[in-house]
Amino acid sequence: MIEVKDLKKSFGELEILKGINTTINKGEKVVVIGPSGSGKSTFLRCLNRLEQPTSGKIIFEGNDITDMSDKQLCAIREKMGMVFQHFHLFPHLTIKKNLTLAPVKLGLKSKEEADKKAMDMLKKVGLADKADAYPNQLSGGQKQRIAIARALCMDPDVMLFDEPTSALDPEMVGEVLNLMKQLADEGMTMVVVTHEMGFAREVASRVMFVDGGYIMEENSPEEFFSNPQNPRLKEFLSRVL
Amino acid sequence: MKSFLENLHDTFIVDDRWKYLTNGLKTTLLITFFAVIIGMILGFIIAIIRASHDKTGKFKILNLFAKLYLTVIRGTPVMVQLLIIYYVIFASVNIDKVFVGILAFGLNSAAYVAEIVRSGIMSIDNGQFEAGTSLGMNYSKTMVYIIIPQAFKNVLPALANECIVLLKETSVAGYIALEDLTKGGDIIRSLTYEAFLPLIAVALIYLIMVVALSSLVSRLERRLAKSDRG
Repeated sequence: MIEVKDLKKSFGELEILKGINTTINKGEKVVVIGPSGSGKSTFLRCLNRLEQPTSGKIIFEGNDITDMSDKQLCAIREKMGMVFQHFHLFPHLTIKKNLTLAPVKLGLKSKEEADKKAMDMLKKVGLADKADAYPNQLSGGQKQRIAIARALCMDPDVMLFDEPTSALDPEMVGEVLNLMKQLADEGMTMVVVTHEMGFAREVASRVMFVDGGYIMEENSPEEFFSNPQNPRLKEFLSRVL
Repeated sequence: MKSFLENLHDTFIVDDRWKYLTNGLKTTLLITFFAVIIGMILGFIIAIIRASHDKTGKFKILNLFAKLYLTVIRGTPVMVQLLIIYYVIFASVNIDKVFVGILAFGLNSAAYVAEIVRSGIMSIDNGQFEAGTSLGMNYSKTMVYIIIPQAFKNVLPALANECIVLLKETSVAGYIALEDLTKGGDIIRSLTYEAFLPLIAVALIYLIMVVALSSLVSRLERRLAKSDRG
């Protein structure tokens, strides 16, 4: 579904990604871990071109998104849901409007269809009673669940999660991870950048260790955690587990 | 020695001289109202051009013009601009002075509005842009539905203040012989050789309008702050 070929990204002189190669298949749940500054978030943000790659190719459903017009890119992004560390809900709109804005304004759904879909998604994330509230009235965990619902309203083919629980109070991490687990069980293709090792172990179909701008190791979660090969990964795991 | 009331009577009531003030006030309000509209529309357009250039690098030429415009307008006194528009640009045309006033003050206000709105747009967290684009919305849709509404709310008090400033600035309109409120008071002064009453009256009328508008602005600010707390 997503094919990444020799992806490189520099910010000025600083080379963050030095050559990433991987393929993410439909239905896979890929969890990306790594020390901070390793480039894992940059990698994720390149996948829907929030960051413009310096070189390399990213092929999504057969289309190379690295040299695509802005218009084509918008159509691609409709199919790639993204969830941010800091939620980025639209504070001036009600929860329901947050969910229906893009589908309606992009002409994908009529207002009625979008409203119905929004209510379905709010039920799914357990926040149907918040439809008319504003984002500032919600807790962090609730905000993130709404952000996930907002992305789901676009009927995405893949969901990208950029450290979705890193900005949350500890007692709210669980509700967001549970929702993500539920999504995974339903067969959603997911790429998750996170520090939650428990989530990686339990939900991932593949865990990827990124460090120094490369994928140092990728494996099934059992092998990855019980039998790491790369010395940097061993050291990393010994520090975080 | 005349009493205060006799003075008042001689200054304003005789020959219906109070009409200079009411007619002047009408002109002042007319100029301010339409100048605010021109200023807001043009200011928003300039702000969007400037902010879009800063964010995406597009609109290079337009941005250059916008920058030049802001430099000239903000670098010269509004009175000089008014005189130039009337005596230079429209020198050979017989044109309604009120229109010239509206144009001059509108063009002037646009420059200040533009910088207010631009700062509002730039103050919105870039994450809002990313959230919009990650949902497949293009730059202009993100701008219109996500960024501008938030920016507008943030700068609404500053924009309202700009309107108040504009109201007072129109008092130089008399320099092109426009009979606005200030000029009206000045005409009464020249007719009666009495400076105190007409000028104080003019000042009071401005003061009342500004205080009323300011209290509206602060009520607006309180309401906006309330919705921020959720």
